[in-house]
Amino acid sequence: MLQLSINGEAKTFAGPLTVTTLIEQLGFAGKRVALERNGEIVPRSQHAAIELADGDVLELVVAVGGG
Amino acid sequence: MTQNAQTPDLAGPDLFQIAGKNYNSRLLVGTGKYKDFTETRAAIDASGAEIITVAIRRVNIGQTAGEPSLLDYLPPSEFTYLPNTAGCYSSEDAIRTLRLARELLDDHRLVKLEVLGDPNTLYPNVRETLKAAEVLVKEGFDVMVYTSDDPIIARELEQIGCCAIMPLASLIGSGMGILNPWNLRLIIEQSSVPVLVDAGVGTASDAAIGMELGCDGVLMNTAIAGARDPIRMARAMKLAVEAGRDAYLAGRMPRKLYSGDPSSPLQGLIATQ
Repeated sequence: MLQLSINGEAKTFAGPLTVTTLIEQLGFAGKRVALERNGEIVPRSQHAAIELADGDVLELVVAVGGG
Repeated sequence: MTQNAQTPDLAGPDLFQIAGKNYNSRLLVGTGKYKDFTETRAAIDASGAEIITVAIRRVNIGQTAGEPSLLDYLPPSEFTYLPNTAGCYSSEDAIRTLRLARELLDDHRLVKLEVLGDPNTLYPNVRETLKAAEVLVKEGFDVMVYTSDDPIIARELEQIGCCAIMPLASLIGSGMGILNPWNLRLIIEQSSVPVLVDAGVGTASDAAIGMELGCDGVLMNTAIAGARDPIRMARAMKLAVEAGRDAYLAGRMPRKLYSGDPSSPLQGLIATQ
């Protein structure tokens, strides 16, 4: 099991888990999102290759309306 | 008031260049505060804006998945996105937000930097703004920077390498219009990069006055989204920016308390004097 912090919320997932799989499981497959893992941006090109680790702190962001 | 020695031909384009790219519209609009995405799209279409600001926010886990997004209604293929750092109170947060925006929007470089200093007034923190601008310019971002209407700070931001200086007209969301036209004028006269009024525009005449002063453009959100009829106000702003630009290029007549020189000829008067 993987304990992750996503946008400040604690979540538990079955491992192993790549960034791509996580984004799919959260329902954001095909959406334009950006992900930061432990303070470092994970480029989209590496989403499929990066395996998440227990305790990872993630930020998942989108563009929203703003001025 | 000065104006360009050479003005573009009336029939020709009067292009507005930001970071090496030409635009037809000098009105930049935000995408926040609309009742839904349909209204957002309609207002932006009515405004004629080609550059639109967006915010970067955490996804709402478990609540927003599968819902349409802003990008579905305003595709980046149709508009130039200008991700902002609204809500950031430190240079670190602003830099982090824009790095995420760059990743989110496929190596997108044109950004709006704003670092706030006070939650009540949303007044900019210029010290943090300068720090963030230095880092972002070094990282290759094209930084359009929101700041106070201080000509000295504006010059520093240009020297750092910001591609546009965006002084406030009045406080964000206040709709108070242009409170200090003379400072804006000083900034315009000294700047070799575009100067845009950002924040404080309340209605169309405010936008026109900014353009008549010689601003290269105007950026607004609440003035349109907060109007009773946002689509109509978007159109009003489009026309006001165009009218203000034309008036600036045309050059206003001198102000005189009175002239004793009427527009109609004095010869051939029917009346006897």
